[in-house]
This record gives sequence, structure tokens and C-alpha cells, in this order.
Amino acid sequence: MAVHKRTYRGYSGGLTPAWSRFLILYRQGSRGLFRSRFLTIFLVACFFPPLVMILAAYLSHNAILQPFLKAPNKPLISIDASFFLLFLQIQGAFAYVLTAFLGPGLIAPDLSNGALPLYLCRPFSRTEYILGKMSVLFVALSEITWIPGLILFFIEASLDGSKWMWDNLWIAGAVVAGSLIWILVLSLIALAMSAWVRWRLAAGALILGVFFIGAGLHGAIAGILRSDYGVLVNPVALIVMVYKDLLGLLTVSTSGAQLGPSIEDACVALAAMCGICLILLARKIRAVQVVK
Amino acid sequence: MMPVVELQNLSVRLGGRQVLQELTGTLSGRTIGLLGPNGAGKSTLINTLLGFYPPASGTARVLGHDIRSEIQKVRAQVGFMPENDALIANMTAVSFVRMMAELSGLPRSAALERAHEALFYVGLGEARYRQLGTYSLGMRQLAKLAQAIVHGPKLLILDEPTNGLDPPARQRMIRLVQEMQESGELHIILCSHLLRDVEESCEEVLILKEGRIVHYSNLEEERRANRRFLELETQGANGDFVSAAERLGCECAILAEQRMKMILADGIEIRDIYRLAGERNIQIRRLNFRRDSLEDIFLKAVGTSNGRS
Repeated sequence: MAVHKRTYRGYSGGLTPAWSRFLILYRQGSRGLFRSRFLTIFLVACFFPPLVMILAAYLSHNAILQPFLKAPNKPLISIDASFFLLFLQIQGAFAYVLTAFLGPGLIAPDLSNGALPLYLCRPFSRTEYILGKMSVLFVALSEITWIPGLILFFIEASLDGSKWMWDNLWIAGAVVAGSLIWILVLSLIALAMSAWVRWRLAAGALILGVFFIGAGLHGAIAGILRSDYGVLVNPVALIVMVYKDLLGLLTVSTSGAQLGPSIEDACVALAAMCGICLILLARKIRAVQVVK
Repeated sequence: MMPVVELQNLSVRLGGRQVLQELTGTLSGRTIGLLGPNGAGKSTLINTLLGFYPPASGTARVLGHDIRSEIQKVRAQVGFMPENDALIANMTAVSFVRMMAELSGLPRSAALERAHEALFYVGLGEARYRQLGTYSLGMRQLAKLAQAIVHGPKLLILDEPTNGLDPPARQRMIRLVQEMQESGELHIILCSHLLRDVEESCEEVLILKEGRIVHYSNLEEERRANRRFLELETQGANGDFVSAAERLGCECAILAEQRMKMILADGIEIRDIYRLAGERNIQIRRLNFRRDSLEDIFLKAVGTSNGRS
């Protein structure tokens, strides 16, 4: 039996701050994250490479193992910028696959259910809606990119001493910055695809397709035109350039001659991709679509 | 009383077409019906009031807030039930309505409490833990109503709330609208092409045609006026009876030998007419109030080629 009085009554209680309301979408979105067993297993698998790397860092400093190493008094592996570049590339690839699984379920269901008017008829803007949906990806991708990256960095610092930490603090900054740029690019591409393709499977395929098509075009331009500028349409190659630049590993020819696109070109290309995704989102995230 | 909606030369252009043309008017009734044939601009007007479409010129104020500059304040006070299916199929009703309450700014615990309350109120209490995708059309309409009232809006906008409902479900929806109206806590704008829905639940009606206001009518006043307009059929000589009625201040028009129309003067009741007839041994065989239904008003309004703006 109903315990509530069945009459209409207004609400006169307190309200939450407007800025915090996008987090409701994060809570709602992340709740559905672990409904899929496959996704849960995949998310767990994403933590294996950082664990292996942490283990490698630990073993390279292990005194018991030192006598068994070929070059005594030298670490098993060198924990430097190259090591963190490898970490970023592996985790970046995992982030990309995870985005293809998570992204389509964010906006497409709202559009196919016609739920956008219900969100946007409230004191809740389109920007907040996109932020809320993006925060689901941001948190999930952060958990497998820069957060384990920082943990790895500080574990190495604890093993090697504070001098190593202060000397290499910029690496931590590079890991965070590189990861955040990649998360932003992935999130915007995923949301834009999710907004334009209402069928989840197709949206997932399209997210993967964007990267494969980019890589394919890159290869085609390089093969046919013998030009390195094809990299500008390949988001994966662009982010690797950014990683390398942030970690000080981007090679420049000894003559100083520019062989291909510069890091500035890469940043502009990534920014253009984000801009296009924002335009696509702005066109689709509307309470009502005008049919011309 | 503060007007619910004030339209000030409001025009809207969509896809290069003028959809609303310089609408001007003030609506302040407790329940306002929005009527018009298909394509008249009813939904466009609602969407514009909610800030979904930008006005091409002019503006409107909803509960005193300008839709151009204070749309978030407008939205904070409005509950909206859209015409089309607009639910998230894989959510339970209670979590969906709760989320909508939270998006309107209610804290989590209050949102949950009011979600349960709203679902019980609309009659979905027992089905509130079911996924919305499993709901029938009637239940979906009710769930849409629940999300529209969960945050206690001051203005409730219902876009075709009885669309696709069977007669009992329609009755239930209309009864809920009437109950909310009687609670006195909110104003309602009901957009419908079903005249009966509007007639049964609205105090005021605004009729749109081709993006213009063609008629505004206060149904309450119309009903009151209709009650003073009689059609009589009598038995017996009525010349003296007519003179006596006119001496009381009533206006009479004889249609045929035994039939007449009469407009009652202020202060004169029907029992006075019966008394006059009794004193003159005249039988009143039939007495009808004029029934100028909303359908008549509507047909008259949409038949008018020159719109009123």
C-alpha cells in the first residue's frame, strides 16, 4: 500500500549548486560501466601493463637479483623517458579500445530515446550535458593512463631516491599532460560519433574506424605522395609525436632541416580534430532538431 | 495575479520559414489550453518558451522571466512533458525520475523521496522498479508526467498528454490534470488537438493558426455567459409572457410561435422565469442553455482568415 499521500505538492527545499549538476550524469553513466562482464574484464586487463612495469622497476632495484644480472651495479632496465614513453603508448592503446566500448553508450541512447528535451528543459545546459557525459570517459581513461603513470613514477622515485624524483619530475608532468591530451581527443571523437550514429554497434565501429581510416590515409599519403604530412590525419601518430615531444624524445635531423610536420603542426591537427568534434556535437546536442 | 506567459511580438523562424508571427498576448489562467490545427505552431511556441528555439524578433516572459535573458530561471520553474517518446528505456522509472529531479537541482535524498511520491501520484507506484522499456504507452505517458512534476514546478507544460491513450487512460490523465489544477500550486499549459481534453480541463484557450493567434477565449467566462442564454419552447399564448420577461430586463427573441430565445438580465434566475410562466398558465416544455461548445469556438476561429495578433 502506498505510504505517500497522493496529492500534488510543490517543492520548497534547498537546491544543489548549478555547477555540480553535470556530476549526476557522471554518476549515472559510470553506474552502467560495470554491467558488462566483458568491459569489467577488459578494465582489469588494462592494469596488467602498469603492474608489470612496476614489477620491472622493483626488480631492477632488487639487491638479491643484482648478482645474477649480466652487468652488475646497473639497473635491469633503465627507468627513464623511454620507459614512460612505452608506458604511455601501451596505455594509450588500451584507452583507445576502452573508448570504443564506452563511448557509444553515452549519447546514442539519449538520442534514440528522444530524451534530450527532458535534460535540456531543466536548468541544465548543453555544455553541462557534454561535460557530464565526457566525465564518464575522463574518469575511466584516467584510471588506466595518468593515474597508474604517476603511481609508477612515485614507486620508481621511492626505489631510486629523492634525487631521481627531483631530476625527473618533468617526466611526471609529461605523463599527465600527454594522457590528458589523449583523453580529450578520444572523448571528443567518441562523443561526436555517439551523437551522430544512434546505433551503438555502428558508433563503436565508427570510433575504431576513425583511427583506422586515419592510419590508412597516413600510409596512403606516405606511399603515393612520398610525404610525411599524412601523419596529420592519423590521430595515433599525432599523439605519439606529442608524447615524444613532452618526454624530450622527438628527434630532429642533425642538419636542422624539417623532414615532416613539426610538433606545432601536430598540435594544430589535434586541435582541429577536437574542434570538428565540438562542431559535430553542437549540431546534434539540441533539445529539438529543426528539419529544413 | 502575475501573468503566466506574456508574448511580446514574438516571431520565430525555422529552416527559413516564418513559423510564429508577431504573437502578442497575456495568459494568466490556472490552466491554459493551446489549440490549433496541425502545423499551427503550438509545439513551436512551447519549444520557444522553453528556450529550445531562439526568437527571430520580439520576446516572451514566462512567470515574469524573459526567455531571451533568463532562460535558466524559466527552466527552473517549468516542468515539461514532451509529445514524443522521451524516456531512457534501460532505466527503472524511479531512477529515471530521480535523475530528472536531481538535474533540476534537488538534493539526492529529496530527489529520491519525490521520485517515489510523483510515481505514486501518477499511479505508477507499483511499477516504479520496472524498466521504462517494458512500460505500455499509457504508462510511459504517466512516467513522462511524473518526471515533469517531480521537482515541483510552478508551470507545467503538457504537449499532447493524451496522445495514443485508450479512453480509461485518457480519463485518468485528464483527472490528474484537473487535480493538479485544483491543488492551486501550479499553472498548466495544455497543448492538444483534442478539443475535449482542453474543454474538460482548461480555463483559458489560445487558438493558433498558421503561426498567428486567431482566438483567445476565457472558457470560464464563456460558460458563465452561456448560462444566461436560454432557448425555450412553450405551450400556450406567450405574448404576455414575453412582455413580462422584458419588464424584468430580459431580452427576448421569438423564433416561432412557441419557441423563443432569451438572455437573462442580471439578478434574474431561471426560477423567476418559471414563476412568470406559472402565473400565466404557460407550460415550459423545453429549456436549454446555449451550448456554444469549444468546437464551435474552434471552428469559428480557424475558419477566420484574418488572424488576430
